[in-house]
Amino acid sequence: MHIISPVLWEFLVNWLTHFALFPPEASGIAPYTDALYFFLVGISLTGLVIVGLLVGLFSVKYRKEKHPEAVQIEGSTLLEATWTIIPLALFMIAFVWGALLYFRIYTPPTNAMNIYVVGKQWMWKAEHPGGQHEINALHIPINKPVQLTLISQDVFHSFSIPAFRVKREAIPGRYTTVWFEATKTGEYHLFCTQYCGTLHSAMIGTIYAMTPDDYQAWTAGSTSGTSLAQNGERLFASLGCNSCHSGAATARGPNLAAAYGSKIQMSNGSYVTVDDAFLRNAILNPTMNQVAGYAPIMPTYQGQVSEDGLIDLVEYIKNLNSNYRVQQTLNTSQVQTPSPAMPGTSGSANAGQGMVKQ
Amino acid sequence: MSTASTIVKLPPQEGATLPKKSYLNSEYGLKSWLLTGDHKRIAILYLISITFMFFVGGAMAGLIRLELLTPQSDLMATDTYNKVFSMHGIVMVFLFLVPSVPATIGNFLIPIMIGAKDLAFPKINLLSWYLYLAGAAFTIAAMVLGGVDTGWTFTTPLSTHYLNTHVVTAGLGIFIAGFSSIFTGLNFIVTIHRMRAPGMTWFRLPLFIWSHYAASILMVLGTPVLAISLVLVILERTIGIGIFDPTKGGDPLLFQHLFWFYSHPAVYIMILPGMGVISEVISTFSRKRVFGYTAVAFSSVAIAVFGFFVWEHHMFIMGVSNYSALVFSLLTMLVAVPTAIKIFNWSATLYKGSITFETPMLYAFGFLGLVTIGGMTGVFLGSMGMDIHLTETYFIVAHFHFVMVGGMLMAYLSGIHFWWPKMTGRMYPEQVSKLAALTTFIGFILTFFPQFILGYLGMPRRYAAYPPEFQVLNVLSTAGATVLGIGYLLPMLYMTWSLKYGKIAGANPWQATGLEWQIQSPPLTENFLETPIVDHEAYDYEWLANKTQHEVQTVG
Repeated sequence: MHIISPVLWEFLVNWLTHFALFPPEASGIAPYTDALYFFLVGISLTGLVIVGLLVGLFSVKYRKEKHPEAVQIEGSTLLEATWTIIPLALFMIAFVWGALLYFRIYTPPTNAMNIYVVGKQWMWKAEHPGGQHEINALHIPINKPVQLTLISQDVFHSFSIPAFRVKREAIPGRYTTVWFEATKTGEYHLFCTQYCGTLHSAMIGTIYAMTPDDYQAWTAGSTSGTSLAQNGERLFASLGCNSCHSGAATARGPNLAAAYGSKIQMSNGSYVTVDDAFLRNAILNPTMNQVAGYAPIMPTYQGQVSEDGLIDLVEYIKNLNSNYRVQQTLNTSQVQTPSPAMPGTSGSANAGQGMVKQ
Repeated sequence: MSTASTIVKLPPQEGATLPKKSYLNSEYGLKSWLLTGDHKRIAILYLISITFMFFVGGAMAGLIRLELLTPQSDLMATDTYNKVFSMHGIVMVFLFLVPSVPATIGNFLIPIMIGAKDLAFPKINLLSWYLYLAGAAFTIAAMVLGGVDTGWTFTTPLSTHYLNTHVVTAGLGIFIAGFSSIFTGLNFIVTIHRMRAPGMTWFRLPLFIWSHYAASILMVLGTPVLAISLVLVILERTIGIGIFDPTKGGDPLLFQHLFWFYSHPAVYIMILPGMGVISEVISTFSRKRVFGYTAVAFSSVAIAVFGFFVWEHHMFIMGVSNYSALVFSLLTMLVAVPTAIKIFNWSATLYKGSITFETPMLYAFGFLGLVTIGGMTGVFLGSMGMDIHLTETYFIVAHFHFVMVGGMLMAYLSGIHFWWPKMTGRMYPEQVSKLAALTTFIGFILTFFPQFILGYLGMPRRYAAYPPEFQVLNVLSTAGATVLGIGYLLPMLYMTWSLKYGKIAGANPWQATGLEWQIQSPPLTENFLETPIVDHEAYDYEWLANKTQHEVQTVG
């Protein structure tokens, strides 16, 4: 064949070496998704075979040459009920099964490590808590639940890892989350699946699923020196947040220490749980997120802080414990070029100020 | 259950003659066409214009498949590719599929099938066509002036803030074409309510009418929402009202809610009239009444009603509340049931029939198979957890092409072949058209089946370049598209040929029961010389067999 037609030969070789019906199953959820897929393929084939058999058999048996006289039949309530109830029952199974899977994929476990991902035209920027940044790549450890907090800086994007069977839209102005637990080391495709303009098809990357040891080595080797929380701390000081959120009892703004995860009362009487989305909204749109007992004096920071900066601030506030001493943040913002991190200890090694729990 | 049996003999075609007077030769000159109020002439005007738009959209499809022959983006720049697939989607959805069956076959047949002389508002009907032309002109202008690259979905904030192409022009085009659709729907609803012949009760209506009635309700209630969302996009682009802009307190997701509130029912606007065609064709060529008439009729209405409450299934991965997704997934499963009912009823119609396999029937069989696959893969996508992996990939592309192209286009071609003798008075050539039907079917499967696999492998839609391991399946798909293209060109050629050289059809070449087959082909401008009085149900072959004189109303 390769003598007759080299092109066809190459095509065949390509076909045989690359032909696959499924992407690799590389996450904890993938076998569950594939199981539902097989069920759905199964009922589809059954339906198709039934329709095919009915049409095929009737066409042969009742074709005009063999069956010149059509027998007029009005219908049958029993048959109508049968082919209403059986498909309905099968579709209900697909519904319940799909719903269980959906809640599983979109409900991250509490012990998951969090990585922020910012989508922008046309790249993915991942920000690890230790301050590692990567573009169009994501390094993750296997056998550990990883939560992604996604946001877009401009248009809708969608973060898709086919090998993990997960996908989540990155939306402008709103955090979304997804989680997975990689089970096999390897390199997997990362796609933007939501059409986002000129270079949509170039907004791709690689997921590097590594053993925990390799991941440790990678985090140590690629740290930028400051963790997200430390970046946030500097930003907090340079934006002057600490002038009101000073932590003092008489301060004009609420104390942010240990605020994350707590339930607070708003000025309109409702209660909200402080999470990433709330913190982000409170910074950008303070009047709509007014905490009870404080005057509505906070200005909006819309347009002044990038999504990356907001992530830093959120991460900083998230990690603020009791040792909330804002005066020192001014000092930390003056610290220049920290020394390279020690292997295995990530960014916190040079967080000499002790402000931030890592 | 009635057990009456009927033998229907096809009339000899040798003796058939063209009537001296018909809607085609009642008046001459361009003006008599462009200012006509005759629903049949307007149907022909639509037929010509949507065929043109189909080939525009088809050319775009060809370019897309050519680009995807290789993994690199090498035939055209990525921007060009984006413009090409956007124009393919816009033209095919808004300017071909939505008007395809209703505006051509529906326009031609609805008054005749119910025994009326015209639609309720002939001038509004003509206005619909002019609005369609204006919409098409704006869309083509957007394309010629440099294109638009929003995709057919106009997703904000991409369409409002991040593109410098002719979004407003294309948006206006769709806005105007939308009114054409609203007026058509309005006209159909009023006509079906008010202009039925004496004795033509609701349950004596052909199922073609039921499905058009259901689709018309969707057109009238859904399309204004599309118009609103397009106006908002245009206002946001031009004066920045901020309704979809998160930095101004707007919600970018709101656009998708509005858009899909129309665009999901739009799927049923497209497919329901096609389902009507299939009911007529399967009944005629198995010489049997449609099995479970009431079930098929009400399933059309059920599809129209449920179709309005499933739009969020396009947005399962977009950060909507998990619990609202639950409700929409459940409703999506419910809308799949009436489609299943229809498919089983059509299959059961064949039982104990006396089946022949003319071209419309072959297309109808193609429709049955492809819509079953298209419908079942819709259940995959309605199942929330499965949707996460499949949405926004080629699986979606394959799914809606199975429904829209495999289903709707097959039904459209089936209908065009079926009523061609009625519209033109001449037969299409049977052998070559069977070949075309087969070519279309094979080409279709080869084009779109590999895309299901591509989708499960994770290949995203709207990609100009893709990882090399997806190439084999893409080559298959492109090869299939070539075959499919031939399958579509063939009817274009032989149908044109048949206008002059086709065999003369006679009034009722298929021995079908519908009122349209009891009048001459092509019909008179006023359809009926005297208002028919209906005393039998639809698909009553006994009545037809006992009817002594078939061509009662031929003049001359």
